[in-house]
Amino acid sequence: MKEKNNHTKRFGMVIDLDKCTGCGSCMVACYAENNVPFRVDETNKLDSLSWLVVHKITNGKPYPNTEICYLPMPCMQCDGIGKHGHSPCVSVCPAVATDYDHETGIVSQIYTRCFGCRYCMAACPYHARKFNWWDPVWPADMKKYLSPNVSPRMRGVVEKCSFCFHRYQQAKDKAFYEKREELYEDEYQTACAEACPTGAITFGDLNNKNHAVYKLKKDPRAFRLLERLHTNPKVYYLTSKSWVRRAGDNYLANEEPGKIKQEMVHGH
Amino acid sequence: MSQTDQHQPVSTKAMPGANETPAANSTGWIIFLFFMIGFVGSLLAGWILFPELLYSKKNQPIDFNHAIHLDQVDDGCESCHFFREDGTFAGMPGLDSCIDCHEEAQTDNPEEIKFVEEYVTQGIEVPWLNYSKQPDCVFFPHSAHVIGADMSCETCHGDIGNSEHTRVYEQNKLTGYSRDIWGHNIARLGKHKQGEPAPMKMNDCAKCHKKETGHKGACFQCHK
Repeated sequence: MKEKNNHTKRFGMVIDLDKCTGCGSCMVACYAENNVPFRVDETNKLDSLSWLVVHKITNGKPYPNTEICYLPMPCMQCDGIGKHGHSPCVSVCPAVATDYDHETGIVSQIYTRCFGCRYCMAACPYHARKFNWWDPVWPADMKKYLSPNVSPRMRGVVEKCSFCFHRYQQAKDKAFYEKREELYEDEYQTACAEACPTGAITFGDLNNKNHAVYKLKKDPRAFRLLERLHTNPKVYYLTSKSWVRRAGDNYLANEEPGKIKQEMVHGH
Repeated sequence: MSQTDQHQPVSTKAMPGANETPAANSTGWIIFLFFMIGFVGSLLAGWILFPELLYSKKNQPIDFNHAIHLDQVDDGCESCHFFREDGTFAGMPGLDSCIDCHEEAQTDNPEEIKFVEEYVTQGIEVPWLNYSKQPDCVFFPHSAHVIGADMSCETCHGDIGNSEHTRVYEQNKLTGYSRDIWGHNIARLGKHKQGEPAPMKMNDCAKCHKKETGHKGACFQCHK
């Protein structure tokens, strides 16, 4: 066996909610990059396919104390308890159409292997997975502009954000050609991170000390969504607003979000 | 009572059979013979007739001689089937690779004359048939295998570099994919012959990955 890389990669994202303006560039970039189909009538959001959704949350207070925060939500690429890759969606798939990539930490899948039972959608606490209710219909000659690097999906299968894994594949291709073992940080970036005009989305290897995300995830403002489910997501959020932090999980009135982390540690 | 009733006919029937052993033996053989005729017939139909029906046959637009070209070039297979600078693999060469030598026919070989007249002078790319074309959802990095793992082209594509004629392209009428993907052994038993292209189904990839890297790899390692 050839010698392995000295550390496993855990690609993750840090989204600074203080910087996010809710412009939706990340969503547009994601649609274009990953051949995500859309329909003429997208009013029913339950039927929409979107790998990345920017949610709008408010603190619920009347004017003039109303505050708004935009929350971009890609797939959280859950590690599961103990980082063993026991992601909620992976463990329920009866077709082995989705699995956890131990090399990159990305929850990967084979669309053609999926038979559309949608267990994974039920299991995902973040609603990251979407179902193809229809075959994609591309308006006019848009078919010509589809990316050849991402296979388009057909009716009856589930899809989700892949952290633009094809970009990782391409970066690896180049690294092999140049006889390199490691990728540069800027070689593999997701489309949403590149498109964000305010630089709210940072992407990189959470295990690599030289990557920006390594430092950002330790920021005192950092939190993850629904941490108490032990899904161990690889998408971190930064916020300086306590109400946004509270919205990240179902906290009781007397609970302090900051203390939950201790609970996590003691729990396992 | 009922038990004896049941036993009665069995014993009477069994008795003559036990007495007339030669007759019973010959019926047994006849049954066996017919079974074997049917069995072997089905196997032959499955292994010979079925592939004939399943695959349609096409010839390449030009009967390309790999052996002659391999003698002329310096860099082996990579002279024409090269890597681009971003690490992607160019695959089938375009006309621009051929045009340096073949702007005019160099021999009186009818295939070369046809190539020059029908494609080079008219500037039309040759619609080569790709024996190893994979489905859309597959990502196959040549660089990881050829540069990273130091594999030779022959390991998967067979000894195509020394072939003097292009093979017949067999296309699966149901799936549209080349027969090379399934492999030429229709039963997919045993190892493929040395020098012949290796089967290229997902199981074949997984088998080699398991052997060489210790695990089959995650979905996205080969899928996109």
